[in-house]
Amino acid sequence: MKSRYKRAAFIVTGLVAIAIAATLVLNAFRSNLVFFFTPTQVFKGEAPKNISFRIGGLVEQGSLKRSADTLENQFVVTDTIKRINVVYTGILPDLFREGKGVVAQGKLNQDGVFHADNVLAKHDENYMPPEAAEALKQANTLNEKTGKTLVIPEAKP
Amino acid sequence: MIPEIGHFSLILALVLAIAQSTFSFKGASSNQPVFMSAGLSAARGQFFFVSIAFISLGYAFYSSDFSVLYVASNSNFNLPIQYKLAAIWGGHEGSMLLWTATLSLWTMAVTIFSQHLPAQFRARLIGTMGLITVGFLIFILFSSNPFERLIPAALEGRSLNPLLQDPGMVFHPPVLYMGYVGFSVAFAFAIAALLGGELNPEWARWTRTWTTIAWIFLTVGIAFGSKWAYYELGWGGWWFWDAVENASFMPWLVGTALIHSLAVTEKRDAFKMWTVLLAIFAFSLSLLGTFLVRSGVLTSVHAFASDPTRGLFILAFLAIVIGGALILFAIRAPKVGLGGKFGVVSRESFLLANNVVMVVACGVVMLGTLYPLFLDALGMGKISVGPPYFNTVFVPVMAPAFFLMGLAIFSRWKNTELPSLISRLKWAFIISVVTAIVTPAVMGQWKPMVSLGLLMAFWIITTAMVSLYDYMVAGSGNLILRVIRLPRAYQGMILAHLGVAVFIVGVTLVGGYGLEQDLRMSPGEKVKVDQFTFQFDGVTQTAGPNYMAVRGHFTVSKSQGAPIILEPEKRSYQEDSMPMTEAAIETGLMKDLYVSLGEPLNSEAWAVRIYIKPFVQWIWFGCFMMAGGGILALFDPRYRRKNKKALG
Repeated sequence: MKSRYKRAAFIVTGLVAIAIAATLVLNAFRSNLVFFFTPTQVFKGEAPKNISFRIGGLVEQGSLKRSADTLENQFVVTDTIKRINVVYTGILPDLFREGKGVVAQGKLNQDGVFHADNVLAKHDENYMPPEAAEALKQANTLNEKTGKTLVIPEAKP
Repeated sequence: MIPEIGHFSLILALVLAIAQSTFSFKGASSNQPVFMSAGLSAARGQFFFVSIAFISLGYAFYSSDFSVLYVASNSNFNLPIQYKLAAIWGGHEGSMLLWTATLSLWTMAVTIFSQHLPAQFRARLIGTMGLITVGFLIFILFSSNPFERLIPAALEGRSLNPLLQDPGMVFHPPVLYMGYVGFSVAFAFAIAALLGGELNPEWARWTRTWTTIAWIFLTVGIAFGSKWAYYELGWGGWWFWDAVENASFMPWLVGTALIHSLAVTEKRDAFKMWTVLLAIFAFSLSLLGTFLVRSGVLTSVHAFASDPTRGLFILAFLAIVIGGALILFAIRAPKVGLGGKFGVVSRESFLLANNVVMVVACGVVMLGTLYPLFLDALGMGKISVGPPYFNTVFVPVMAPAFFLMGLAIFSRWKNTELPSLISRLKWAFIISVVTAIVTPAVMGQWKPMVSLGLLMAFWIITTAMVSLYDYMVAGSGNLILRVIRLPRAYQGMILAHLGVAVFIVGVTLVGGYGLEQDLRMSPGEKVKVDQFTFQFDGVTQTAGPNYMAVRGHFTVSKSQGAPIILEPEKRSYQEDSMPMTEAAIETGLMKDLYVSLGEPLNSEAWAVRIYIKPFVQWIWFGCFMMAGGGILALFDPRYRRKNKKALG
């Protein structure tokens, strides 16, 4: 009888511990998910307001402006349909280039400027970040629907 | 000609691998020595031909044979020789060949060092390894042939990604693969035991040696990779919770659990089914890692652009191996039996708890790694799970494991009296708590997380010391002799556990007191970080064997002592315009000074990263101590005596 109680206590303690752990894990998981939106989606207002998310696309040619005395950078991320102004203070990754794919993580403020706290590089020149490629692909299908023609650089995800 | 020899060797190796598993299983089931020894010879032949294939590819790289597509896409004439050879595993096809070659090497080792095993068991072991080899050889031959010709030949190759042109590239992949693939031996032991329906402490002892060796390689491989990322990626981080890093970390966690569980199976004949399950999972996770890294589902420095059929093949192979193994487990496990009983407070239950924590931790990592992939595959949008998730969840999950580490050393097998445990460890506990509270205050700023981290580290250290003291009192002779005379396995355990403590100290302090500054600096400008003054003296142009570089000059001075010169570089490789950041690091026991060049801003100013990383080297030193502990344990006479007897 006694050993049976012991075993039951053991199992109950185990289950409670697992339940607590699972709750904590799932909670942390939910609050740390970062969603991805294309510039078009952001423009339509689908992106959240005060939560950090990711955008992807191409850095528009000629859009990069550097501040004269700080590390602030401004550039435009586009999926060839919509453009989003991005502000980032810090050092841009080695492979950041105008006309190339980019992914930025940050928050959108009231006037529609995206304040990035992280700009992600790709590791290889032949490589397009999948998020950026996705944004271009979606824009491409949209273009086809509206009958516009636009040359999209080939993406290799 | 040479590439064709390599290609044909792979085909022959495939035929031999099929023979290896067919003959071995046939021999084992009918108990016919002729078949069993035929399987053994086939295994050795398979190793021979895979080696020839590997050497052929190496020669193609050495001689810059750009009529081979794989060589042309990963190497060129200007590449220094060591990177030409390392480029063998610089792309998808070659890494798969390295995988297979490593598997063959392990198979060969098993055929040599398994003479003491019962003949049927040995045959099943070699047969299982043959099956895995067959899977990988088919994969290489049908979807990733590194010997494919490029006609007409390229005049010049495309070269290796500059990020990979680093000594790390020479060591990190082979060592990591030795670990990854090494778990296939533990897996084969588990399958052989299930097939034979017998699992005894003997089995655990054989498996333990092989598992420990694989685990040592994996530990060192991961540490290498982490250190490489630290100095190469130019961000000064040592772990990014990148999906590919996680892919190597998951087998490590389960492998660590397996080592501990094997100890229980060997000593107490308990946890049998659990041990078998862990062995299956450790290798399955290695395969999963291969799938994640090589199928192109992830963006990372490790993922090569590749076609989806490859991913599909690995996924199917994964399903067959894991599914097959688990079905076999379900059918045969009842025959193997549960094993011995134990009390609630005993070494067994502490180790069981440790195992559960390790597996849960692995599950946590897996959730964060795979969930975004599932969503993406189901077309439910793209998300990412960042380091904050892993950091907030992983630490609280692991904390109990570190606490248990201290207790487990003291508890006895079968049953331990709780009061005696408490009375023996109360001083260790008090000392840990006091030191953990005081140390952060001494370091300048008291932070709760630092205190918690140090508490875990000191707890592991003090309990290890108390245990060591208990052992030493019993010995005779001077102090050093007494330490040397301790059982090797025990020394190994203490060293590995101290390694964990050293690792925790490094992680905690670099996280708590690391300073990071991204600045804009013009020549002549000075900046004070902590007690150091960094002066930027401008940049000069230099040239390397296959790159041009801008070299920055920094003078770092402290209030006393000679100034330190740091010269980070920004390299551009001639073949492509891809720039590379080469950080300059002044390594120290107590802190690293880390400077890297960002980008040139207008006029002569540069964006500069200046980091101070206290105790960061302890992270890798701790890992090497863990590996060292594993090596010491291998030298325990318990394992050698057995082998000698078998040979003699």
